Amino acid sequence: MAGTAVRGRLSTWQTATVGPVTDETPKVRTLRLEVPEWPGHRAGQHVDIRLTADDGYQAERAYSIASAPGEPLAITVERLDDGEVSPYLTEEARTGDQLEVRGPIGGYFVWEPGSDSGGPLLLAAGGSGIVPLRAIVRERSRAGSSVPVRLLYSSRSWEDVIYSTEFGLPPGGVEVIYTLTRSQPRMWQGYARRVDDQMLAEVAWPTADRPLAYVCGPTNFVESVAAGLVKLGYPAGRVKTERFGATGG
Amino acid sequence: MSPVSRGFRRKREAAPADRVPPGQYVTKDFPVLSAGPTPHTPLSTWTFSIDGGREPKSWTWEEFRALPTEQVTTDIHCVTRWSKLDTMWEGVSLDVLLSAVEYEARYVLAFSDGGYTTNLPVADLLGGKAWVAFGYGGGPLGAEHGGPARLLVPHLYFWKSAKWVRGLHLRDTDVPGFWENYGYNMYGDPWREQRYAGD
Repeated sequence: MAGTAVRGRLSTWQTATVGPVTDETPKVRTLRLEVPEWPGHRAGQHVDIRLTADDGYQAERAYSIASAPGEPLAITVERLDDGEVSPYLTEEARTGDQLEVRGPIGGYFVWEPGSDSGGPLLLAAGGSGIVPLRAIVRERSRAGSSVPVRLLYSSRSWEDVIYSTEFGLPPGGVEVIYTLTRSQPRMWQGYARRVDDQMLAEVAWPTADRPLAYVCGPTNFVESVAAGLVKLGYPAGRVKTERFGATGG
Repeated sequence: MSPVSRGFRRKREAAPADRVPPGQYVTKDFPVLSAGPTPHTPLSTWTFSIDGGREPKSWTWEEFRALPTEQVTTDIHCVTRWSKLDTMWEGVSLDVLLSAVEYEARYVLAFSDGGYTTNLPVADLLGGKAWVAFGYGGGPLGAEHGGPARLLVPHLYFWKSAKWVRGLHLRDTDVPGFWENYGYNMYGDPWREQRYAGD
């Protein structure tokens, strides 16, 4: 788990203006955030968001950054029905509204071209855990990297698949493998169950290729995928995880 | 002065300000955050060790569990903004563990299975403020929450409460641990919102 030290003071809260918004699924929205002094970010990092009500009440949450470095800052947010911030971002916020951002945050769950000496990438996403992995796929294209990528993406149903248009025509060298755990369209040819050891054995790169894995999703997804990869022989240090509980929002 | 986010309103009940530090919200869940796969070290090979003092000291699981234990009910605060109130733990006080070694160091680097580390001042581990916890909620501490044993330093952000802890390196100087190297605060006081480097 050794890593490059990235220290130094983090800049403080900055005002962001909501730019174009895109509905990805009935519960998920991508918001572009215009931040005049955004210092830039790396693929896989997240950003803190702060909302202020007219009575001064504030709420803060962290969201994964959906855009590649060099692209305008964007977040993709899933609405949690008992949440406070995610319902606002997915239902209320519109172009021109203001909020605050602080970041970028995090330096471990990050991919940069050439930073990991070669092996192919295994990306595994559960639900909205796809967001930082989408930033990695976009950064790979943007940087002209040819590292082979397999993206295993677990969703409840086809309607819940985020970025389905974008991943419908993935860039060369990127394979997207779906599993739909709860319901499937008629004639569905893909996987139709939770990710398990058998599925990982079929999808994951052989360990001889020295693959690097990024796993993001809810805790039970990350626990089972990360444990499954270790069983397949992936060294623990080659399995980077990012987890979120179904809480807060 | 923060800009108002048009249409944003409080939906949660106000958190008790003397219990919940600024920027935090209360959850009843117990979210899991860690950087890699959950390690599973058998108790037969588990040890807790302290080095960097005059003599190194190490306990097997049986020796560790023979030490006096304490029940602790406390609030915990994660830097990702959830706080959980009245969590119940069982563990061995760091006062007990550190009294078994002679040292003059002012800092420790705690280390864990899986390569995780975090840095703390010794003063924050003494005086009934820190434990190596092996029980949670009346049962054993689950592996995903850091079992068989984790550090419990509830007055600091919870990343300082290293999961799967295996020991302490006593040190004369304060060196950043795992998350501290990635831009998180060297100390991590939730009441002063010391989330990131320089806060």
